[in-house]
Amino acid sequence: MARISASVYTSHIPAVGAALDLGKTAEPYWQPVFQGYEFSKQWLKEQKPDVIFLVYNDHANAFSLDIIPTFAIGTAPEFAVADEGWGPRPVPKVIGHPKLAGHIAQSVIQDDFDLTIVNKMDVDHGLTVPMSLMCGQPQAWPCPVIPFAVNVVQYPAPSGRRCFMLGKAIRKAIETYDEPLNVEIWGTGGMSHQLQGPRAGLINKEWDTAFLDRLIADPEGLSTMPHIDYVREAGSEGIELVMWLIARGAMSDVNGGKPPTVRHRFYHVPASNTAVGHLILENN
Amino acid sequence: MSLEKPYKDIPGTTIFDADMSRQGYHLNQFCMSLMKADNRARFKADERAYLDEWPMTEDQKLAVMARDLNRCIALGGNIYFLAKIGATDGKSFQQMAGSMTGMSEEEYRNMMVKGGRSVEGNRYTGEKK
Repeated sequence: MARISASVYTSHIPAVGAALDLGKTAEPYWQPVFQGYEFSKQWLKEQKPDVIFLVYNDHANAFSLDIIPTFAIGTAPEFAVADEGWGPRPVPKVIGHPKLAGHIAQSVIQDDFDLTIVNKMDVDHGLTVPMSLMCGQPQAWPCPVIPFAVNVVQYPAPSGRRCFMLGKAIRKAIETYDEPLNVEIWGTGGMSHQLQGPRAGLINKEWDTAFLDRLIADPEGLSTMPHIDYVREAGSEGIELVMWLIARGAMSDVNGGKPPTVRHRFYHVPASNTAVGHLILENN
Repeated sequence: MSLEKPYKDIPGTTIFDADMSRQGYHLNQFCMSLMKADNRARFKADERAYLDEWPMTEDQKLAVMARDLNRCIALGGNIYFLAKIGATDGKSFQQMAGSMTGMSEEEYRNMMVKGGRSVEGNRYTGEKK
């Protein structure tokens, strides 16, 4: 049977991708950001996951205002890298896992979560920046990836509670898959940031720190936090953090198992307009 | 019965909800069209003519031509869509965000390096700093 071995949480700031693509990682501004992922790159090499289930949001690239799916699972064999207006990032195309993705869709929909199934979709920085941070600049990504896009562009995003429960349903789906795959689940976006209006540039380190603490120790309680708290305290775009609760809901401890081991924790301000947060939790 | 919108009293912040999305549909879809190089070239060659191809309001067209992002957002624009105009102009996301704050590019960048804008005094409209 397939199993979830670990969860990874990280911001997916586009400027981080640009810094990497333009060879700026050693510059004093960027060096502390990339330093925070050195451990993680080595860790991922040792973990050798067979599949990464990657929760992210599209930023008006694959989805315009014509269709706005709350939860969309990518079931294609491969996904092209989106041209977001600055040209596509020079990173490998993303290889999917249609069989596992289809299995998860069927299981999760029968568990009352109405996913949108996407057989053709470009993936943007929301997905490729986490891959770059965790893998560096390889010729090909180390394993297949199942893109899972969540609407956080048009308010309201799904509630934290809904995301947390969805994570549990995804876990159940993965654990009923017949092949012995090592699956990781990643939750991306955040942390505090606001990209619009006179309040742009908002950062709330204290709130972010408490979010990380609670994500580790009290995810169930954290999942009940209302949207308005995210928006008021962490900025209009800080609401992306609900996506981390999908990954957290898929971990063993909230499904009758043992508490996870915190393998890595990192926080830094700023990267462009945003606070960078990163966490690795391993199941025991 | 109207929907509860508890986010209306956050200073300097417009939440892109269903009402804003409805008002901004054509503005945002125009922005989306700038993902194609041909469209970017046509827009740059004659902004007014390109905008006139879209059923946008006159106010929306003027806000786009003035690159007044706060005004665009007030008229239903969403920042991820508006970013396509910035990309067409060769602006970074930080330059675009900063342009909405009344700060110079350098002032905004320095504020971010020093830890960003504090939430203190920025939670509620009219709150004392």
